[in-house]
Formats: sequence, C-alpha cells, structure tokens
Amino acid sequence: MTIDPRSVTGKRLEIAHHIQVLVIGAGPAGISAARRAHQGGADVMLVDENPVPFDVMGESVPQIWGGRMGGQVRNRNAMTERMLEARPDLVELFELGVDVRLGTACWGLFSNQPNLGWMPGLVAGLIDDEQGSYHVRADQIIVATGRRDMGLAFPGWDLPGVLGASAAATLAGLYGAFDGKRAVILGSGPEALLAAQDLMAAGVQITAVVEQAASPLAPQLAAGLQAHGVEIICGQAPRGVNSDAGGVTGLILRDRQIDCDSVLLGVGAVPMIDLLQAAGARCGFDNDRSGFVPTLDKGLQTTLAGIRAAGDCAGIWAAKSADPALARSEGEAAANAALAAIGLSKHAPADLATPPHAPDMGRYRKDWVRATVVEALAEMPVCQCEEVTAREILEVRPPRYLKMPPVANETRSLTQILGDGPPDPDQVKRLTRAGMGPCQGRRCREQIQALLALQEDLALGAVPLAGYRSPVRPMTLTAATAPEDPAIAEIWDSWFGMPRQWVPFWDVEPKYTVAALATEKEHVSE
Amino acid sequence: MSANKGASVVVIGGGVTGLSTAFWLAEAGVDVLVLERGIVGWEASGRNGGGCSHHHSPLFAEEQRLWPMMDQLLGYPTEFVPNRIRIALSPDQYTLYGRAVVNARKQGFHADELDPQQVRDLVPLAGDNVFAGHYYHFGGHANPHRTVQAYAWAIRDRGGRVKQHVTVTGFQRAGDRVTAVETDQGSFGCDHLVIAAGPQTSRLAALLEVDIPMRAARAEMIVTEPLPLMPLGGIDGNGLYGRQTLRGNLAYGGGPHEWVETEDLPGGPRPSTPLSGSIAKRLAQLLPKAAHARVIRSWGGIIENTPDGRPVLDRPAPWANLTAGSLSGVGFGLSPASGRALAQLVTDGACDFADLSSLRLDRFSQLEPNWAELQGWLPGGLATV
Ligand SMILES: Cc1cc2nc3c(=O)[nH]c(=O)nc-3n(C[C@H](O)[C@H](O)[C@H](O)COP(=O)(O)OP(=O)(O)OC[C@H]3O[C@@H](n4cnc5c(N)ncnc54)[C@H](O)[C@@H]3O)c2cc1C
Repeated sequence: MTIDPRSVTGKRLEIAHHIQVLVIGAGPAGISAARRAHQGGADVMLVDENPVPFDVMGESVPQIWGGRMGGQVRNRNAMTERMLEARPDLVELFELGVDVRLGTACWGLFSNQPNLGWMPGLVAGLIDDEQGSYHVRADQIIVATGRRDMGLAFPGWDLPGVLGASAAATLAGLYGAFDGKRAVILGSGPEALLAAQDLMAAGVQITAVVEQAASPLAPQLAAGLQAHGVEIICGQAPRGVNSDAGGVTGLILRDRQIDCDSVLLGVGAVPMIDLLQAAGARCGFDNDRSGFVPTLDKGLQTTLAGIRAAGDCAGIWAAKSADPALARSEGEAAANAALAAIGLSKHAPADLATPPHAPDMGRYRKDWVRATVVEALAEMPVCQCEEVTAREILEVRPPRYLKMPPVANETRSLTQILGDGPPDPDQVKRLTRAGMGPCQGRRCREQIQALLALQEDLALGAVPLAGYRSPVRPMTLTAATAPEDPAIAEIWDSWFGMPRQWVPFWDVEPKYTVAALATEKEHVSE
Repeated sequence: MSANKGASVVVIGGGVTGLSTAFWLAEAGVDVLVLERGIVGWEASGRNGGGCSHHHSPLFAEEQRLWPMMDQLLGYPTEFVPNRIRIALSPDQYTLYGRAVVNARKQGFHADELDPQQVRDLVPLAGDNVFAGHYYHFGGHANPHRTVQAYAWAIRDRGGRVKQHVTVTGFQRAGDRVTAVETDQGSFGCDHLVIAAGPQTSRLAALLEVDIPMRAARAEMIVTEPLPLMPLGGIDGNGLYGRQTLRGNLAYGGGPHEWVETEDLPGGPRPSTPLSGSIAKRLAQLLPKAAHARVIRSWGGIIENTPDGRPVLDRPAPWANLTAGSLSGVGFGLSPASGRALAQLVTDGACDFADLSSLRLDRFSQLEPNWAELQGWLPGGLATV
C-alpha cells in the first residue's frame, strides 16, 4: 500500500508510559477508582493537577481563584505535603505502590473516532513542572476531574477577592492557603451552603449568604448556618464592591453594604467536563446533574470506548455533594468496569445512586444572571480575559480593538444576527471573542449560556454548549513541546506537500494523472 | 410538495466558497438562498489560517485586487491586513520559500529579500536563529470567523437568504435540469444549483451522477494567548503558516495531516491531536521570544482535496443549471475571487477576469480510478505503535 509520506500514517506517537488504568483527578471518586483498580490487579497511574503552579492559578485555571491564594502556594513542596496531609487516602495509595503524580495536569485525551484514526490507543497528554508535556497510553481512562464554579459578573467582580465557592473551599481545605477571613457567599443552593460549612470549619468567617430568590434554595442548610450567626439575605443581588489596593473590602447590595474581604460565587457548581468534551465524548444538558455532563452507560463509560467518568464531573446533586460516599462508589464502579474491560475481573455493573428530579436549575441560573448581570447599574466585563460586556455579547459586536462603527445590531434579535437555530455560544465567541481568552472560558461560559437563553426566552439547556478544546490547561510553547517521532521532522511541510498543488497554473499538465507525477516539478511550500 | 420558498439560485454550503458566491450573486441582484447544515463557517472556513497569498492560482491577481476592498464591499470587518514576512531558519527553507517569490514576481508582484538583522528589526519576536527572510508586498491575512459572518451579513443586507441547520439530502430533476433540492426540512425549488459543500461536494455531486474526485483530510492549528502586537502580523515560515491576530494571539498550523472519512452528519467532533506539541515546538523556533506564550487552544478542520490539490470551478455536464465549486484546501484566501468566478459561471456560464481552464473538472478525465490508493490518500486507520 502506498503511504502519503506527509500524512500521519506510519508516524509514531511518542509514548512515555503505557499503563492499564489512568485515573485523572485525586478527589474521592478518583482515589477510590485508583484504589479499586490497583486492588483488582491493574497497573494504575493517578494524576492530579494540584498543587497547581502559582502563575497558572493567576489565570483562573482550573478554578476561579480570584487572587486569594495565600503566598505559601508558591512553595510547591509545602503544598504537596499539605495536600497529602489533607488526603490521607492518597498517602495510602503511594504506599500501595500506585504511580501517583501530583502537580501533573492532564491537558488532553485522544481516542480514535470519526475524523481521527492515528492514535495507538487511548492517549492522555500530561504536563508537569519538570518534564513539560508528555504522552501516556492507557487501556482504560477514568476521568474524575470534579467541579468548578459558575462565574457571575457584577461591577468589581474582576477584582481580587471575588472567587468561586469551591475554589475557596479547595484553597482552605486542600492547600491550607486561603487568603481571606471574612466572606460573603452568593447563592443558597446545597453546593454553596456546604462550601460555606467547610469554610467555617476551616476558620473562615461567613458573614452572609446572599440569594436573589425570595427564599433560600436549601432551607435546612440555611437554617443551620443561621444558627451559627450567618445572615441569610434574600431578594438581593450584588450591585458592586468596595475595594482597596488589596481587592475587595465589602459587597454592595441594593440598600446596604457588607464588610468582607471575599465574595464567593456559589450560584452554580458545574461538572468539569472539559477533558471529556474536548476528547469528543458526547455531552448533554441534564438539569438534575447541574448542567452539561457526559452521556454514560452502566459502566460509567462515555461514548468513547474505554473512557469513563466518575464523581462530580459526571453530575452534581445535593445528596452527592453532601456525602462523598456517592462519588466513591462511582469511582469504584468505574474501576470495576475498567477491570472487566481489560479482563481482570468480572463484576456486574453496580446499581449507582441517581439524582432525584431537581428544581429547575436552568431557571435559577438565569434568574441570577438577570438579577446580577442584566440588571447591573454599570458596565462590566462578563468575559474578563477579552473584556466583553453583556451588551456587546447580545449585540454580537465586533471587539473594541477593531475600532469599528457599530454594526446596527441593537434592534435585531439574535436569530436575525446569528441565523436560524438556537444562539450558538461558539458563534458568539468567534464574533465577540467572549470566552476566547487564557482562562479558556471558565469564568464566562455558563453566564453567556444564560444570557443567550434569557435574550431568546429559551430554556437554559436549549442553548448549545460552547465547545472545549485541548489543551484544556494553558501551557507555554516551550512546555507544550512534547517528544516527537523523528519521522515527523523529516516530512514536515507547512501544508500537504502535494506534488502539484503549488505549481503555477501556467505550468501544470492539462490532464492530471498520478502517473504524470513521475515527472517532478519544483515543489513549492505554501 | 413543500411549503418552502425556493430561490432563483440555491447554494449548498455556508462556507466561504458558498457564501462568497451567494454574496456576489446577491450583489448582482440575483435571488439567492444558501443552505447550510450547521452554522455558517462551522467547517474549514472557520478553522483555517486566514492566509490570502495564492501565487500559484489563476485567481491570484483577483484575490490580491479584492482583499483590500472587502471590508468596504461587505460592509463588515474581515480584519484583512496586507503583506507578509516569511522567515527561513535554514538554507533549505529559504530555497523553498524563494520559489513562491519567483511565481509572484512573474505575475508582477513584488518581494524583498531580508537579511537576518532586517528580519529581527521587522519581527520583534524573531531570534538569533534566522537564516534569511522575504517581505511579500502582496498576500496577507484575514480573520476567518469575521470574514464568514461578513459574507453572511452582506448577503442578508442585499436581500439574499442564509438558512442554517438544513441538510441537503437529494435533488429533483427534469431532463437536464435540477429543479429542486431535497432537505431534511422539505424541498427548495431552484432555477440554478451551486454545490459548494466543502468535503461533501463530491458526495452530493455523485447524487447527480457527476464525478468530482475528492478525499478529505484533517489539519490542525494552535493559538496562544495575546502578545503585544508586532508591526506586521503576517509572519510565518519554519514550516508553519499562520499569523499574529489583530488581538495579538499567535495562530499557527503546519505539519502532517490525516486522511479521514467524512461523515454525513453535522456537528460531529473535529478533534485535534498531540500534533499540537509539534506545532508549538516549531512556533517557539520561529518566534523564540514568544516561547513563554501560553497555548490556549488547538483545533482541527476537515479539508476537501482534489487529486492534484487544485480547485474545481466548473459547470459539470450534462446539467444545464449546475455549478460546482471546491477549493481543495486553498479556499479561504481565494474566496473573494472564487465566489466572484462561481457567480459569473452561474449567470454567464464563463468567467471574464481569469482563465479557469486549469480548474476544470475534465482535467481528471484520464485519472486512474484507484488514484486515492496510488497517492496513499486512504484513511490509515491502522494505528502504529
Ligand atoms: C487548519 C486549516 C488551515 C487552513 N489554512 C488556510 C489558509 O491559511 N488559507 C486558505 O486559503 N485556506 C486555508 N485552509 C483551507 C480553507 O479553509 C478551505 O479551503 C475553505 O474553507 C473551503 O471552504 P468551502 O466553503 O469550500 O468549504 P467548507 O468550509 O467545508 O464549507 C462547506 C459547508 O457546506 C456545508 N455542507 C456540507 N454538506 C452539506 C449538506 N448536505 N447540506 C447543507 N450543507 C452542507 C458544511 O456544513 C460546510 O459549512 C485551511 C483549512 C484548515 C482546516
């Protein structure tokens, strides 16, 4: 068979390790998955991006850290030790001989599928401080990447001190490095209030819970907090912040101000599906699982064979947030299915807890965005990286740096602007740049979804997901440079390297045949 | 019967080729309807390098003439910026890139040779490894997303229509005429049909017994976070094509492609692969002072390719009212000119500003039936370990 020398056919992907089971994320689900897979006899690697390098945290990756990382976060060794203290079950895995890699981020998963066929199997791109980027191959991959917080714009939300509720809980709990003392939390759902509890246990004072709805979403948890002196303020949304050089010093509501050094975004806990969706796994909107989640079978397998999801990235609901045992059992179930798939055990798929029917989460998120973003009294960026406001998003305005006169979209509906079909956040992103920056849309994605749904009066889930692309963690060009098959360098061309593509039109044969290629013409590269 | 409103000309495909064709038709007052199975520019037209320097093409002169006026003609920004600097890091690269300059000069365009210091003066992110360079006083680049939407908006402003999320599935015919296109949402009558469906062009034409030999391949690009603007954004070389965007990001591609089967349904994944690391490596060599810049995305796009890699712009026999346009991987930059040529093929049966004879379909009349296999263009699918 002839091989096109300049195609990937026959090129080797440099693989640093080949393991049986790769687990990504060392939270309750990931740790349980790794333990179970190891016990089942598999050769296991467990990676976790924490401790995240300080400069990467500065880009709001993978959480909205809001500049409240304590200085000790710069000391990576201390952070690693601290992490192990916080997660004794991780130490146990180390001792069992599992290849545990902390400070190692997975930036991409690759699996053969329509339009891609040259992967040698399931491949994960990993990166750490010492080695930079490298590839590992795994027979089974369990993604347990957890959750992140939905961003919510209000004037001042780009200042240090506005951070995600789960981000704050991670800083306080895992890193022991939360640089805040008095916090107000926005949102009163179970995820927000459980984070508030954790923070209080870690010594952070939670002054108030602010909720735009008329009553708290999780009344029992709210009552519990109230008993501990937390004020529950309903029917209010942030209007701005007070600040000094160190960031937030207070939160401004309609008719009052609250002293605080941190405002915690707790209006939505979002399954962290970036790796899965970028890999090509099908994801759909599920109200009861808190947003877009991967479509899974009984063995928690995504639509990509051998890639499974467990824990929060497979769906978040109140009972699961309250009790890590649910995530653990998902991790174990995924590991059992992985073991079965590689012939190491025979387990019937477990019956896993499924979420009860939840109140309309889409409506709740839209209400928050209306009360806070749409009704804001000043213009502020919804996309912080590219500084795009809600108005600019909804009018699909060309970015400011083009210095163009307005495109007369003020009076048009989004359908008139974007064409038939539900407004597509990717199309909006391409035209306004909202979501295109270094934080990779982590801070604005769900807000933009809600804004578009509000504007067109659609259910939240009717607005398509803005796609994720690898690398789902930003990395420098130097670090991104991974080992490469020398055969790739030998045939490298800027385009396809076809023998006749760039021959000037006055010099090509009147009839094209493959046989005629025997006569060489000077190859021009694009 | 269908309740849909047909059009004088129906164009299949809302990529740059179909949209530009429809723009020029609408501009000439023709009633035109574009049918796109996804959103406009969702495929290669929104995923390319934005390069506009096709010195080898009979449409080159028109490409160069039109780009500087496109913002004005369309009424919306394309982010077109003229000129380009091509940097060679080795004598071999310099020889290769020099041939393009010969072709352009032959057609009356100018280019300067640059020594390493001149390159570094003009390209602040370049480094000590420069061998030499060329400054092209032609070519340039535009923003694909903005250009696609500018075409679509310009069509709308001229009374044309672009319908998204409509998939063409077949045709109705009467004698030597195509009378309507069938879609998943009913049929649309037409007096003339343009097929400009990218990699799907061949499959759709086959439904009309027209053989347009084509195979599809995936190519990939990466983009970094924004960096301070260089005086000229159209910088490439070292085996890469691409540009610094007007926002400051470095967007580059190059290297091996993969032959794939094109699937019928829209919206499927357009994966990128670890080739991003190979592109990153070469970009850090091309612009060493940007080595610290973070890669924030990569993407893949599916490219239509004819056996010789050259466009097909033709009125295929035996049909009296059919025009086909496939750009074979060089379609973004050429789109102002290719659309104008296709629009003329529709209305006049011939193009009055360029010699399209080298782009006719009958150049493949003696093509070996197993050409794809002979050229190694079949999907490998055979994973190599
Ligand atoms: C990574 C990459 C880099 C590139 N770099 C450059 C560059 O720098 N310069 C350059 O000039 N070119 C470049 N190209 C090539 C260029 O993008 C393409 O040649 C060009 O976009 C082709 O445009 P098109 O409109 O013909 O096809 P497409 O963009 O593929 O559009 C075809 C459209 O038809 C629609 N369609 C298909 N079937 C149907 C159906 N049955 N019903 C309805 N609609 C249908 C599709 O959804 C699609 O939107 C690059 C391409 C890629 C992928």
